[in-house]
Amino acid sequence: MSKVLILAEHNGDSINQSTAKVLTAAKQLKTDSIDMVLFAPNAEMAQELAQFEGVGNVQVVTCDNHHDQLAASIAPTIAELGKNYSHIWGPSTTFGKDVMPRVAALMEVNQISDIMEVIDNNTYKRPIYAGNAILTVTTDSNHQVATVRTASYEADKTDGGSAEIKECSLETAAEHTSFVKLATGDSDRPDLQTAAKVISGGRGVGSKENFDMVFELADKIGAATGASRAAVDAGYVPNDMQVGQTGKIIAPDLYMCFGISGAIQHLTGIKDAGTIVAINKDADAPIFEVADIGLVGDLFKVIPEMIEKV
Amino acid sequence: MKILVAIKRVVDYNVRVQVKPDGSGVATDGVKMSINPFDEIAVEEALRIKEQGKADEVVVVTIGGDESQQQLRTAMAMGADRAILVNTDQAVQPLQAAQVLLKVIEKEQPGLVITGKQAIDDDNNQTPQMLATLWNRPQATFVSEIEFTDKGLQATREVDAGLETIEVALPAVISTDLRLNQPRFVKLPDIMKAKKKPLETLAIDELAPQRSGHRIKATQYEPPQPRQKGVMVESVDELVTMLKDKGLLS
Repeated sequence: MSKVLILAEHNGDSINQSTAKVLTAAKQLKTDSIDMVLFAPNAEMAQELAQFEGVGNVQVVTCDNHHDQLAASIAPTIAELGKNYSHIWGPSTTFGKDVMPRVAALMEVNQISDIMEVIDNNTYKRPIYAGNAILTVTTDSNHQVATVRTASYEADKTDGGSAEIKECSLETAAEHTSFVKLATGDSDRPDLQTAAKVISGGRGVGSKENFDMVFELADKIGAATGASRAAVDAGYVPNDMQVGQTGKIIAPDLYMCFGISGAIQHLTGIKDAGTIVAINKDADAPIFEVADIGLVGDLFKVIPEMIEKV
Repeated sequence: MKILVAIKRVVDYNVRVQVKPDGSGVATDGVKMSINPFDEIAVEEALRIKEQGKADEVVVVTIGGDESQQQLRTAMAMGADRAILVNTDQAVQPLQAAQVLLKVIEKEQPGLVITGKQAIDDDNNQTPQMLATLWNRPQATFVSEIEFTDKGLQATREVDAGLETIEVALPAVISTDLRLNQPRFVKLPDIMKAKKKPLETLAIDELAPQRSGHRIKATQYEPPQPRQKGVMVESVDELVTMLKDKGLLS
């Protein structure tokens, strides 16, 4: 049997859904207990974690000066706590990817990256080669450090839990690293990583100004907005909108994309979507090979028509 | 300052890899191999720092078989001054790679280490963070911009929420993201010049005999589940109707 420790993630105001997704994955293990650790400026957000059914303890480690976001500062504390756990898991978000390998190195184990399926307490499936192959891995380590591919799991929606919250302050803040700033694209739209609907645009959209059309359609149906790497590289939209292997890996119910050809790196980011709709003027675009519904057409005609009809 | 750049030989990113029918791996025979694209960005960034006069030597290192010399030569054709091949026929996992690279660091004493955020074969995204940990130095991962400061450097990181800037003291480990730079094209005269640059080969067991820590076993490779073939519609009306029928639009 096993004891699981989950690294919780927050955005400054609330717990990220990635945490609830890791919990779903962890509940597929045969476990004695599941605990969580949260690094945050204060203990307020711990209440959100204590609500989950099946969580025993929530350890809050309070941090000053944004050290809760710095891998070098929090990894030693996680590794120390981890000695009492068989599974030490975090989300495969940029936060988890930054921190968890440091934890693994301190615990002298290789990490299992991007768990997409739990086979048993020691065996997992994970994507490699940008999702072009699926690898089954197994480990008999007493301390399994892993990240969970969040797009592969639904968020745990249980409540009514009654975890015990414990609080301490960070004692391992790194002196050599400091937080300077975080620039976020301010938006009232739904969060790309958790939205049920996503509308995205690629190079075919053609300019920053033309993206307004994409935003308008998204707002009309209450969707988040995304983009291909080509559109981000061209400067049409900021990097936090990028969907794909090196951007966000998402699994909305509806993914509708305009002017995206469908490079393999982009497809990796959307292959768990419920319904993929592709609109492209090139009938041979690879995106149509994975689309559930395809429409060959000019996005400059299709988008205005859709805005009118939905 | 000396910059050490760690690179990996991988299947070229344009190749669509195929899983072998017996599930023992992916087919790599006769497949085009290249420098991992993120590592190529790391080489480019090191060269730009040197060209700005902020570094005086760029050393490129890899862990792999004799064939990895090709990628080291390519990095030297881009402009790296010399190369180190840590020679092994065995695949090395991230923690062991970090242990080996630490030995190279102890030998070379770089002021900065730059490497790709992940290799596009195993997609592990572990080695840079592990190396920084074992070296007991700061890390800046997924970096899209670097600026040197009095204290060290400020790195802009591509994170889920946007762009995060952190300041790290040197020496440090940087892992590169795609938008850090656009690597230069290699010209023929540079390829000829690179053949004369020093390439040192070190046996892995002599450099780092103690490679410790728990390893992950790979047991089975399989192709991904294909999505079911979709349908093509002819008009926006048809599309909207279909999405409404599925309950995806109201």
